[in-house]
Amino acid sequence: MSEPILHDSPMPSHGGAPAADPGHGATGQAHPIGLYLKIWGLLFVLSAMSYAVDYFHLQGALRWTLILIFMIAKAGLIVAVFMHMAWERLALVYAILLPPLCLLVLVWLMAVEADYTFLMRGEFFR
Amino acid sequence: MATQLHPGDGVADAAAHTAAHTPTMHGGWRGMLADWGSDRHAFQVSWGKAMMWIFLLSDTFVFSCFLISYMTVRMTTTVPWPNPSEVFALTIGGESIPLILIAIMTFVLITSSGTMAMAVNFAYRRDRARCAMLMLATAALGATFVGMQAFEWTKLIEEGVRPWGNPMGAAQFGSSFFMITGFHGLHVSCGVIYLLVVATRVLRGRYERTGNYQIVEIAGLYWHFVDLVWVFIFAFFYLW
Repeated sequence: MSEPILHDSPMPSHGGAPAADPGHGATGQAHPIGLYLKIWGLLFVLSAMSYAVDYFHLQGALRWTLILIFMIAKAGLIVAVFMHMAWERLALVYAILLPPLCLLVLVWLMAVEADYTFLMRGEFFR
Repeated sequence: MATQLHPGDGVADAAAHTAAHTPTMHGGWRGMLADWGSDRHAFQVSWGKAMMWIFLLSDTFVFSCFLISYMTVRMTTTVPWPNPSEVFALTIGGESIPLILIAIMTFVLITSSGTMAMAVNFAYRRDRARCAMLMLATAALGATFVGMQAFEWTKLIEEGVRPWGNPMGAAQFGSSFFMITGFHGLHVSCGVIYLLVVATRVLRGRYERTGNYQIVEIAGLYWHFVDLVWVFIFAFFYLW
């Protein structure tokens, strides 16, 4: 895909139809291809780095920290750029991104419960 | 407020206001829908996009439940968890490479996300041919991903991994693996069909009449979500 023609050059008109207005919510999310290619490259690099964590057998806290950092960076890039959240209005952004935070409570509850179950199993079923 | 100081005027105003906007009050189901709808817009996007986002939000909770139950069973088991790095290793050219198939699957899915993002761009430029080609490429990459997953399932089943047990360690490994990757694979398969349908319609010029190509963006939202879920599965199930 050659890049020069893809930048915001004025579109050829199609039978006098009004040209789509790039970057505005009413018509849709249109952004330069170059941006997508850059994010794509970044996602590749981040994936390669998270694979490297496993390949070089990093262990312990360093391993988990790196996995989480790369995961959050990748998820953030996908949601913000590929899914266009960075350009949406706050009403939609908060409606979609805040509710999943409740899941952290579930994670905490289940972790506490799992810890307890693990201790009980160690005590009685080993 | 003025309406509270002069209640009569306020009510009259409101009545006139309502009458001006809804000349006929519908009864029954239509009336109920009109009353609940109330013409109030919280989200300044098309209904299709808002609904897709709300669906994706609900799907987030479904996948989170799977991943959190996986966390729970992995924390509670007193038997060592099978090492995913070894379980998913492939022997290529006489050398065992850890997790290589999963890494390739990750790159395939990310590539498909990239082609999908570009398809959205070409859709809004009304470049139908390029948009459809990129969507078909996305679908092809998605199908490749599912194919590799089928290969992985076959390999693990041959090695004796079952939902109720496996030779490598904790019995819960199998059920977590089949449930999480199976549900994700189902999403990818549905996405491939969805993309094929939309790509065909774009190619046939179905959206030329209205000039509204937002359906491509909405299909893209679904596809990127599938990629997003894989990011979490890759981190928590395969790398952890």
